[in-house]
Amino acid sequence: MAFGPFLLLALMEGLVTAAVLALAAAGLSLVFGVMRVVNVAHGEFYMLGAILAWVVASVVPGPPAVGFVAALVIAPVLVGALAAAADGLILKRLHYDPEATIVATIGLLYMIQQATLSLYGPNANPVPAPFEWRIQLPWFGYSGYKLFVVLAAGVVLLALWIFMRRTKAGLIMRATQVDRTTARSFGINVDLVYMGTFALGAGLAALAGVLIVPIQQAQYLMGGDPLLLSFIVVIIGGLGSLRGTLIAALVIGLSDGTISMFFTPTLAKIIATLLVAMVLVFRPQGLFGARA
Amino acid sequence: MTGGGARIWALHAAVLVVVFAAQYWLSPYHATNLARIMVLAVFAMGYNLAFGYTGLLSLGHALLLAAGMYAASIPAQLWGWTAGPALIAGIAAGGLMAGAVGLLALRTAGVSFMIVTLMFAQAGFLTILYFAPVTGGDDGFALPAASRTILGFSLATDTPRFLAAFGLFASGLLASLALVRSSFGRTMVAMRENEERSRMLGYNPFTVKLAALVISGLYAGGAGAAWALLFGYAGASFASIQYSILPMLYVLLGGAGTVLGPFLGAVLMFYLIEFASDLTSAYLFIVGLALVILVLFAPKGILGTIRERWARWLP
Repeated sequence: MAFGPFLLLALMEGLVTAAVLALAAAGLSLVFGVMRVVNVAHGEFYMLGAILAWVVASVVPGPPAVGFVAALVIAPVLVGALAAAADGLILKRLHYDPEATIVATIGLLYMIQQATLSLYGPNANPVPAPFEWRIQLPWFGYSGYKLFVVLAAGVVLLALWIFMRRTKAGLIMRATQVDRTTARSFGINVDLVYMGTFALGAGLAALAGVLIVPIQQAQYLMGGDPLLLSFIVVIIGGLGSLRGTLIAALVIGLSDGTISMFFTPTLAKIIATLLVAMVLVFRPQGLFGARA
Repeated sequence: MTGGGARIWALHAAVLVVVFAAQYWLSPYHATNLARIMVLAVFAMGYNLAFGYTGLLSLGHALLLAAGMYAASIPAQLWGWTAGPALIAGIAAGGLMAGAVGLLALRTAGVSFMIVTLMFAQAGFLTILYFAPVTGGDDGFALPAASRTILGFSLATDTPRFLAAFGLFASGLLASLALVRSSFGRTMVAMRENEERSRMLGYNPFTVKLAALVISGLYAGGAGAAWALLFGYAGASFASIQYSILPMLYVLLGGAGTVLGPFLGAVLMFYLIEFASDLTSAYLFIVGLALVILVLFAPKGILGTIRERWARWLP
């Protein structure tokens, strides 16, 4: 293949990575922004979304599309409910102390991962795509489902933006983010906002997991990479800034797609990890200059 | 924490005597386990100096452990170094790595510090995988028997191995006790309790925290080197995130900011995991559950709670 088409393919793969990453990272960023909680178990919510998609797809009869649509609804709701329970049982009792919640979510990570290993097993299982449709470009054929993933992620993120900017609930969440004490004195039920935010963040990760599973197989260890990449995206974009997160997801996704096509993935990951650590050390407000 | 000097030293000496005597009544299997626990406890004691006393919650101590492990085992593998020089190289490498990480990471605090240390450790882990021809990557490598000797004794045999682990553990414990009772130890605690106020009193938080981190790195490096030399294996898994979590778990269980806490936590957790591994392959579930229960119900750990309720003098 010539260089031009090869680069195009790399960019298209990168765009799919970016779309899924943007969904997962938006959830992480939302939780950090509103609650000031760094959720280390975020990658496990993504993994649970993928696993549940497989479970739903194998239970629901009929063509793959039916199971897939069912999974799109069921998986985020179930994972969101689990996250809400974790918030009420653990995080709330820690009074959202930043360091204690990190330790607790590390514990949560191990528990979810190992429970999945026990119940689901160590195997990776494929889920059929809801539709088989290939776009024939002059140089190569490309999966139509992958383009659907990009589109779906875009729609969800747009809906999230409208929700945060244009609805009363979004306004309440933003008010809590700015100052939780004042929000409480205005009669906002901060506990409920936190529980909802944590569930929403987890649900976004689960949705990303459902979308990725026809491309990647569902496996109990699949949460690690998205967690690290989401961290990177959220840090580069500025902790707690949704717009920065989206831009950073595009940059990271596209460059990850292209770099790992031209260089070894390990070297690319080393460089990316070190760069991000440096960003956090020297520019803690993130590259896109949003307020800290 | 002042006063009660004789009582404190007597308590720690008694603990050391009991641990030393344990080799005579434990079965060889449990004696080897105790040797492993002592090495892990040295790692945890180093972690405790940074986290428990100075308040530096690092998620990257596996990097320091691995630095010590490879600084000892690569020369042993390539140039046939014996255990003495290899251990010294390991301790030095742990300290150097901690200094390098600290120079950058200590510019941040709190949550950012945790993430930066995590990122550095992840980069270190990937680097070990990348240089797999030298480091053995995920599979690791076995150390040559010839280099696992100290003063002519083979560390592959039970008694010298136990004594070497005990020697490292005892010196680590006594040094840690002396350190936290010194004026520098109090300065470390001052950083944890109120950094701004210590700054106003004329201390430089950055240098105090860097020094504490380097000392912590010396412990981690020593533990990494000892693990490789005593048990004959070095591998990338020791640089993985799990080995950054384990010392935190030991310290939280035993009691952060107590001298004996890391050892107590290591003993209990080691046997809890061993017990759980017999029941299920998903023993990490126990680790996760223990973490959550500890932060929820016993954030001060066992010895921290005992100190708060009954024994105020416990260092």
